[in-house]
Amino acid sequence: MDVQKIRKDFPILQREVNGQPLVYFDNAATSQTPVQVINTIVDYYKKYNANIHRGVHSLSQEATDAYEAARKKIQKHFNAAQSHEIIFTSGTTHSINIVSNGYAELLKKGDQLIVSALEHHSNIVPWQMLCEKTGAELKVIPMNEDGVLIMEAFEKLLSDKTKLVFVNHVSNALGTVNPIKEIIDKAHAVGAQVLIDGAQSAPHIQADVQALDADYYVTSAHKLCGPTGVGMLYGKQSALKRLPPYQGGGEMIAEVTFEKTTYADLPHKFEAGTPNIAGGIAFGAALDYINNIGMDQIAAYEEELLNYATDLLKKIPGLKIYGIAPQKTAVVSFNVEGIHPYDIGSILDKLGIAVRTGHHCAQPIMDYYQIPGTVRASFSFYNTFEEIDSMVEALKKAIQMLQ
Amino acid sequence: MGTINEVQEEIVEEFSLFDDWMQRYEYMIELGKSLPLIDKQFKTDDNIIKGCQSKVWVHADLEEDKLVFTADSDAIITKGIIAILIRVFSHQHPDAILEADTSFIDKIGLKEHLSPTRANGLVSMIKQLKMYAIAFKTQLN
Repeated sequence: MDVQKIRKDFPILQREVNGQPLVYFDNAATSQTPVQVINTIVDYYKKYNANIHRGVHSLSQEATDAYEAARKKIQKHFNAAQSHEIIFTSGTTHSINIVSNGYAELLKKGDQLIVSALEHHSNIVPWQMLCEKTGAELKVIPMNEDGVLIMEAFEKLLSDKTKLVFVNHVSNALGTVNPIKEIIDKAHAVGAQVLIDGAQSAPHIQADVQALDADYYVTSAHKLCGPTGVGMLYGKQSALKRLPPYQGGGEMIAEVTFEKTTYADLPHKFEAGTPNIAGGIAFGAALDYINNIGMDQIAAYEEELLNYATDLLKKIPGLKIYGIAPQKTAVVSFNVEGIHPYDIGSILDKLGIAVRTGHHCAQPIMDYYQIPGTVRASFSFYNTFEEIDSMVEALKKAIQMLQ
Repeated sequence: MGTINEVQEEIVEEFSLFDDWMQRYEYMIELGKSLPLIDKQFKTDDNIIKGCQSKVWVHADLEEDKLVFTADSDAIITKGIIAILIRVFSHQHPDAILEADTSFIDKIGLKEHLSPTRANGLVSMIKQLKMYAIAFKTQLN
């Protein structure tokens, strides 16, 4: 893997911030976009912008073909059995809401849902709303000091009342890789379905939805070098058929009369309205880009970055890393004793280093550690060891100013 | 005690002595250390300003017809920012606070903190101080 060559594909990496060369370490929030993906979007609007699935004219046909080809790329990448099991959405949050809204009709009072302590708010709040609507109960798999889920506790939570379990593959705040295969198997053993939030894992770990036997797997394109505003919901055909539609509108119907409307087949049942066509096509292009480099190469290189950064950061006096699971993606969440993460983030920004500070939309994790938030540096395959050196130098400067 | 405009000009002048952002930030942190601290009994969740990534507590008292502010923050850059605002707004009449223009923030090189999306919530802080002015104004009338 030639990082210098890869970096040339990302125009944004050439820019400066506050007079300093940009060091972009907020990849867990959104990844940057290579020129190949940008060109796909430009090409679409320049050459074949048209509404899909309905027009008989050539442009509409070309746009439909490109959009459906992207669906097939996504299917192939995540190894779904059939392309109609891939639903285009506006992103992970939308995907989760499709499932949680559908479940409102499938649950009854006394049913139980299980969530993990490591979730992003987007994989907590929709389910809390669902519980309020249905009278179902929400149970939480606790985590330990290392940021690892306590599996014995999970087993105790499972019962014939459990209807759905939803966990992320990777924690956005800590980078912990969760044992999702084990979670899926144990949940299935009591007859529950499982939704995997792959927003943080999809850029780093190849997920095979059939091998995992996941009922639902959701992710966003913008974490994977694609554009914002597009994502996907994978659902097993049997699960999606059982799930009532979420939004009504055009595209999702088979027949409409004022007496009764029948819904279209998958995937259209969940794709009401004109979708983000350019975004969907670009999602496919982003997967092409990543697969061209190779998921295994990406994962191996990012692990080197993570280990390098972890070793350097550990040497800084008073610095504590949160989340030290044996299996992690390239995320380091940390604080320096006596300094607010916000102060560190502000100074790093002045020095051209983009990191995230705050609770990372995962307040329950911050509550567990009793901290207001952390500084989070998250790396991608286009980052370099030199950039990590720059961050560590900048961090030392910040600490000097702030202590 | 000068008018709001006079205090602002004084602060602009102090900041003009520094050529780079680092010195300005260091000075701001220094100013945070002289912030009139909020009494412990007022350091409650009710007095936290919403919209800041760090916590900022503000309390106001009326001394004759002037407002006197005290505050604190758990982040030191934020503490510097609230210290600057309080230096400008404290010991002023509610009317003067409500009419005050705060564009001096731009002049002291802290423009990036003015964006409403910025997580530190400078905008929320100014709004909250002005809210106190509205509340106490009704008491004075």
